[in-house]
Amino acid sequence: MSEEKNITFIITRQDDPNSQPYEETFEIPYRNNMNVISALMEIRRNPVNAEGKTTTPVYWDMGCLEEVCGACSMIINGKPRQSCTALVDQLDQPIRLEPMSTFPINRDLAVDRNRMFDSLKKVKAWVPIDGTHDLGPGPKMPESKRQWAYELSKCMTCGVCLEACPNVNSKSDFIGPAALSQVRLFNSHPTGAMNKSERLQTIMDAEGIMGCGNAQNCVESCPKGIPLTTSIASLYRDTAIESFKSFFGSDQRV
Amino acid sequence: MAGSRGYVNRRLHSLLGVVPIGIFLIQHLTVNFFATRGPEAFNAAAHFMESLPYRYVLEIFIIFLPLLFHSIYGVYIAFTAKSNLKNFGYFRNYMFMLQRFTGIITLIFIAWHVWETRIAIGFGWADLNYQLMEGILTDPFFFWFYIVGVISTTFHFSNGLWSFFVSWGITVSPRSQRIMTYVSIIVFIAISYVGVRTLIQFAYGV
Repeated sequence: MSEEKNITFIITRQDDPNSQPYEETFEIPYRNNMNVISALMEIRRNPVNAEGKTTTPVYWDMGCLEEVCGACSMIINGKPRQSCTALVDQLDQPIRLEPMSTFPINRDLAVDRNRMFDSLKKVKAWVPIDGTHDLGPGPKMPESKRQWAYELSKCMTCGVCLEACPNVNSKSDFIGPAALSQVRLFNSHPTGAMNKSERLQTIMDAEGIMGCGNAQNCVESCPKGIPLTTSIASLYRDTAIESFKSFFGSDQRV
Repeated sequence: MAGSRGYVNRRLHSLLGVVPIGIFLIQHLTVNFFATRGPEAFNAAAHFMESLPYRYVLEIFIIFLPLLFHSIYGVYIAFTAKSNLKNFGYFRNYMFMLQRFTGIITLIFIAWHVWETRIAIGFGWADLNYQLMEGILTDPFFFWFYIVGVISTTFHFSNGLWSFFVSWGITVSPRSQRIMTYVSIIVFIAISYVGVRTLIQFAYGV
């Protein structure tokens, strides 16, 4: 065994959704190639804090452990990101873990991201094809479009963009970049485009597209590198055209 | 109905900032720039603007109503943002917060400026001429108050022009947005020069 080396974690904890948050420090033995989750597992195995007192294990959410499910997002040294891909070797010590502040806290580092899933339902982020009979194959999608649409489909609803956005907070009901980008994704789909107007009308609100303030933190923070601000700008264009069509009339609507 | 009331308000806020307020700002700074050609040139230009036909209609619909809507709704927008520059110190985030900050400064400046000039003239407490501005700006406090106010206004307009191009779906690609950033910087420098040069003329006569 090589020399004993410890890593320090300062974790913001909260016992239940309504109690006061508090900080707790943990010293855990270093192992090679640790990520934040393996460190949290070590705390769970031996829940003793830096003062030597036995405490409750720190609670957090996780799923895939390969940055595709979005469940393990938390604030690590000030930046929201997934704890599965946060490697201890690349982090400054002490490592500070906090729950994302934009969401209601369930317990410790686990937050309730339901508002994001509600947003996806609100904007109808799917292609509606259910029916009583076979509709046959849909129209083809150009390859050039498929390529950028695929990038948008990488969204895992992790909540990092909402956490980074200065306009998503307790004073505003802004839907956030993630759901907006999904509107662009499903409007770009040849079959999904049949509900394009409906999706655009849903986001034509101060809480929808107009809630954006162009601070562009979302695109800087997105772990999947999704061009969120391009999506939003494209929706600005689409909603502007949609407003003209719906107010002055178009061939689809009188 | 083209979107909800909140949607229409935001669209209107974005539009009014450039048309007509932004256009008025450039016109106003340009007419004031006549001061650099001397008091007579400024008085002639100011008199021309003052004697435009149906002037009150122009003032109400091109200046005061748009300005009132833009500023009142703007204060609401400014106070619904929550600064997070500490953890997200990106260029656009700084611009985002500066836009809100300069909006408030500009509102205070314009409120004072309108009171001291247009309203004072309207009540007959002052006359619209070179001496009015010279009297205000030779006071060092007000000279610096005007410098801050004018630069805050030109920044708010130039950066707002950048957002306007995004909000109306003109600059969608990251490349076009980046080029627009450079354009907005050039606009900022150019109109700030026009504004500040005029202030120096009034304050120091050079």
